Amino acid sequence: MVEFLQMGGHGFYIWTSYSIVLVVLLYTWLSPHYRRKRQLQSLLRQIRRQ
Amino acid sequence: MTPKRKRRLMITLFIVTGVSAATGLTLMSLNENINLFYSPSQIAAGESPHNATFRVGGMVVTGSVTRNARNLDVRFDLTDTVEQVSVHYSGILPDLFREGQGIVALGKMEGTVFRAEQVLAKHDETYMAPEIRDAINTANAGKPSAGEEDPY
Amino acid sequence: MLDNAPPRHARNWVWFHRFGSPEHCYRLSERWGPRAGVCAGALFMVGLYLGLVAAPPDYQMGNSYRIIFIHVPTAWMSLFAYVSMAISAAIGLIWKIKMGHCIARSCAPLGAAFTLCALITGSLWGKPTWGTYWIWDARLTSELILLFLYFGFMALDNAIENRRTAAQASAILAVVGLINIPIIHYSVEWWNTLHQGSTVLKLEGPTIDTRMLIPLLVMFFAINLYFISGLCSRIQCELLDSERSTSWVRRIAGG
Repeated sequence: MVEFLQMGGHGFYIWTSYSIVLVVLLYTWLSPHYRRKRQLQSLLRQIRRQ
Repeated sequence: MTPKRKRRLMITLFIVTGVSAATGLTLMSLNENINLFYSPSQIAAGESPHNATFRVGGMVVTGSVTRNARNLDVRFDLTDTVEQVSVHYSGILPDLFREGQGIVALGKMEGTVFRAEQVLAKHDETYMAPEIRDAINTANAGKPSAGEEDPY
Repeated sequence: MLDNAPPRHARNWVWFHRFGSPEHCYRLSERWGPRAGVCAGALFMVGLYLGLVAAPPDYQMGNSYRIIFIHVPTAWMSLFAYVSMAISAAIGLIWKIKMGHCIARSCAPLGAAFTLCALITGSLWGKPTWGTYWIWDARLTSELILLFLYFGFMALDNAIENRRTAAQASAILAVVGLINIPIIHYSVEWWNTLHQGSTVLKLEGPTIDTRMLIPLLVMFFAINLYFISGLCSRIQCELLDSERSTSWVRRIAGG
């Protein structure tokens, strides 16, 4: 397991790049879902007010 | 398509071709500046800058690497299979530096010797498992004049 | 033939105009976005296992080459997302179809994310391989310009108050920036660079071990599905904004 994490001394470069990509892609994927939720809530409020 | 759409299509195509042509001509005139390095042949022909820092790229000649036992000084020859240039460097070499490997060095010409401040390893586009490389080397060992592949 | 049937040339364009219908596009995205997302997630798991565990190390670079499994797919997608963005922006510009600009707007943040990933992973791969994080060679510089093109598109689109003018101006920027795409792809052939040439898209066939090529292709399909999924949910957001006063949006929000 330790050997796998060390990746023959290149662990830092590999794990840093994989985690940055994970964070960037996860954020890019999740942000429109939260945005849509907010949009639908505010639309619903608007409809109820009328 | 309506004439209006056709007109907008023509305008868009016109802009794209115009910008492409302009960019193409600019890149063509900048050609030498976009290239990252000069080859040993270009240095031999006197095309490289004099008294200025520039990059040279080539393959490390097999058997040419001599290291100083006391410090980090290293001397080696670079080739583009036509001309050669001698390089002197003092410092830590990248892991991938080895004989037969393509490298790019940054530095200045001092007489006929290129004094490098930085040496970077160039990687080729071949990816192979170590045991396959060993198998190829064993197969080649039987044949005469089986050298390293030219990375260029 | 009935007299009131639409003329032949009009019927051939029906499918095209159906994509121009915002409600149709919203329903399509709602249905296919989550499915593509689930498939992408599963493929990512397979690709990561094959790439990080099953694939052998490289004979020269050892294990650092494993960055290829995220670097190359994100780099390919950064170009693909730009071409998709420019084509839909151009369709929006020429045919005045609202959906064109809506799709282009949705492509931009995804493309920028891919470009950012490609640049960061490339830099982290460059240090152990070349000996430097960054060099101003033709490939790296043109990819950085691509990131600025995405930022420029988004900034221009948001800076102009009038929606129609914003759509036109940003569409022209997207179409003009298309010239950068062949430059990025061929930069390693036209000029000498530190960056290596193409491995997979080569005339003589790929020069990579099959056990490395398979995870690379799996990751490529995964990230393609990720792009489709992300695009679908962004299209929904854009439509909820631009069509908020229409009856179909009210129906969706109300029920």
